[in-house]
Amino acid sequence: MHIVVCVKQVPDSGQIRVHPVTNTIMRQGVPTIINPYDLFSLEEALRLRDKHGGEVTVVTMGPPMADQALRKCLTFGADRAVLLTDRFFAGSDTLATSYALGQLIEKVSATWGAPDIIFCGKQTIDGDTAQVGPGIAKRLNLLQLTYVQKIEDFDFDKKEITVHRRAEGGIQVLKTKLPCLVTMLEGTNEMRRGTMADALRAARAGIITWSAADAGITNLALCGLKGSPTIVKKVFAPPARAEKAFQIEVADKSYEDICDALLGEVYKRQPALEQDMVKMAPGY
Amino acid sequence: MVEKPKAPAAGNSRANTKKELPEHLKAYKHIWVMLELERGVVHPVSWELMGEGRKLADKLKVDLCGVVLGAPGTTDGAVADCFGYGGDVCYVVEHPSLSDYRNEPYTKVMTELVNKYQPETLLLGATNLGRDLAGSVATTLLTGLTADCTELDVDAEGSLAATRPTFGGSLLCTIFTLNYRPQMATMRPRVASVPLLTPGRTGRVIRHDVSLPEEDIITKILAFLPDGTTNKSNLAYADIVVSGGLGMQNADNYQLVRDLAGVLGAEWGGSRPLVQKGWIPTDRQIGQTGKTIRPRLYIAAGISGAIQHRVGVEGADLIVAINTDKNAPIFDFAHVGIVADATKVLPALTETFRKRLALAATRSAAE
Repeated sequence: MHIVVCVKQVPDSGQIRVHPVTNTIMRQGVPTIINPYDLFSLEEALRLRDKHGGEVTVVTMGPPMADQALRKCLTFGADRAVLLTDRFFAGSDTLATSYALGQLIEKVSATWGAPDIIFCGKQTIDGDTAQVGPGIAKRLNLLQLTYVQKIEDFDFDKKEITVHRRAEGGIQVLKTKLPCLVTMLEGTNEMRRGTMADALRAARAGIITWSAADAGITNLALCGLKGSPTIVKKVFAPPARAEKAFQIEVADKSYEDICDALLGEVYKRQPALEQDMVKMAPGY
Repeated sequence: MVEKPKAPAAGNSRANTKKELPEHLKAYKHIWVMLELERGVVHPVSWELMGEGRKLADKLKVDLCGVVLGAPGTTDGAVADCFGYGGDVCYVVEHPSLSDYRNEPYTKVMTELVNKYQPETLLLGATNLGRDLAGSVATTLLTGLTADCTELDVDAEGSLAATRPTFGGSLLCTIFTLNYRPQMATMRPRVASVPLLTPGRTGRVIRHDVSLPEEDIITKILAFLPDGTTNKSNLAYADIVVSGGLGMQNADNYQLVRDLAGVLGAEWGGSRPLVQKGWIPTDRQIGQTGKTIRPRLYIAAGISGAIQHRVGVEGADLIVAINTDKNAPIFDFAHVGIVADATKVLPALTETFRKRLALAATRSAAE
């Protein structure tokens, strides 16, 4: 069995700066991590491999330094890591990203065999779009199972998978055929620590690094800014509210007095609330 | 010091690219909203989108259209409400294979509708259904998609200006889809309010027939396991929400939040660190990576108010913040503040509300 897991290296904190001219994100100097949502998918992939045999290939697209994220995936126990990096991919939106990753997975298939299952994170913490997974599935013409809470059954001989998928107001139990693309929900499992053997192997392992040409991507018009139908016209900090909060006087006051004053202020600003609260508050 | 970056070489930036819509895309017109009908109920975000879509359609002087997919005989209520919430046209596709959401048939039908009727803009809710479908449809159509928007508008040239938080809410960005149609966007539930329903308002129904043999659909739904009603969070649509942050100091003190919520008949939640510490479950998280709420009253106890939290609660009518740090950012967007220890204020507040509500109840009973 061959499993491909797509990961992304993302900035760790909110200390993001924006290029004042191009309005694109300046990533320099910000610590990076593996997108946390991807780890739930990677762990699920490793579990399937441990149970059914086969190999896990982790792939990413990003700057050369994204090899750190891949090396980390190797320490968790992934068998192989491929980095797709090229200046042509700069500024990709979700459509261009899904094209590049789709092409990358095609090349991975041609090199190490077609994947039976592809995992992506539910979404990333920097982009938050949740669109690249479905995009890759469509690019590769694969079925997709998103927001998966649990893999209920995995029958590799029959090439069938049954999952619990989070839907509005409940869980859909879905059964589909392999190959397919799965995105795992957060909190579904806990990432293993990785063995010492894996850590040693990861330290020695070479990250396979491909340029666009290496991955067989020749139509550069579909990559990066050029291949992105959306453009970011404006990036800005959320505007501050004109007035700061009205402060309830607290000096030398009892908590009872403070709370009385607060209720007065609440009902003054929302006069209808008191009567409505009587109706909706059974607990007093 | 940050060195001022140089301007990129001319032609490198697309931000100033002129819009030249290819001739065949100029026929794309009107605003579409995908109405998420599931098990007989339309997700409220669809009506929120109808409200926003109505504003856009009025500015552009085009039609606002709803799109309903479902099993035969299940869509009538949604169609009536589509008009009631401001729709001019409702596209209806009924087929047994559309009875519950599945990516394959829904993508096929939505793509077919778009190619046939050519909307300029297609809006969906940023729900699990909407995000699952939007990514597939946009990639099939090779058009632009702006996910998880918090604001929708049109610019002077009539293009969709979709604003969304990025980098965990620390920044907002406005995104355009140039030279491609339809312009697609998903919008977070609760960032807009549901418009007023006008019963009896009518419009044009366009029924579309599809060929959708069930044997061609590979993914099958084996069962639907509804969530239990106990302990289920209804944060997004609650009228009153009480939440706690790290200022509650420990997991036991979090009970004070639930006590107040209990007296008020309110929903309870918290900031992200509380989920990470395991004090509250994931579905109780409020903020950018959790729930967006729009209550009439929001009481934030011991929450500093990081931007990620702010974007999730800004839609509240009245925000009350309790925090020991008078410089906490929450006081920049709260309406009423108390600089004090939340673990001391909350029990007193619970008692004060209890007495006051009992009094109000007696008074209204006497009248």
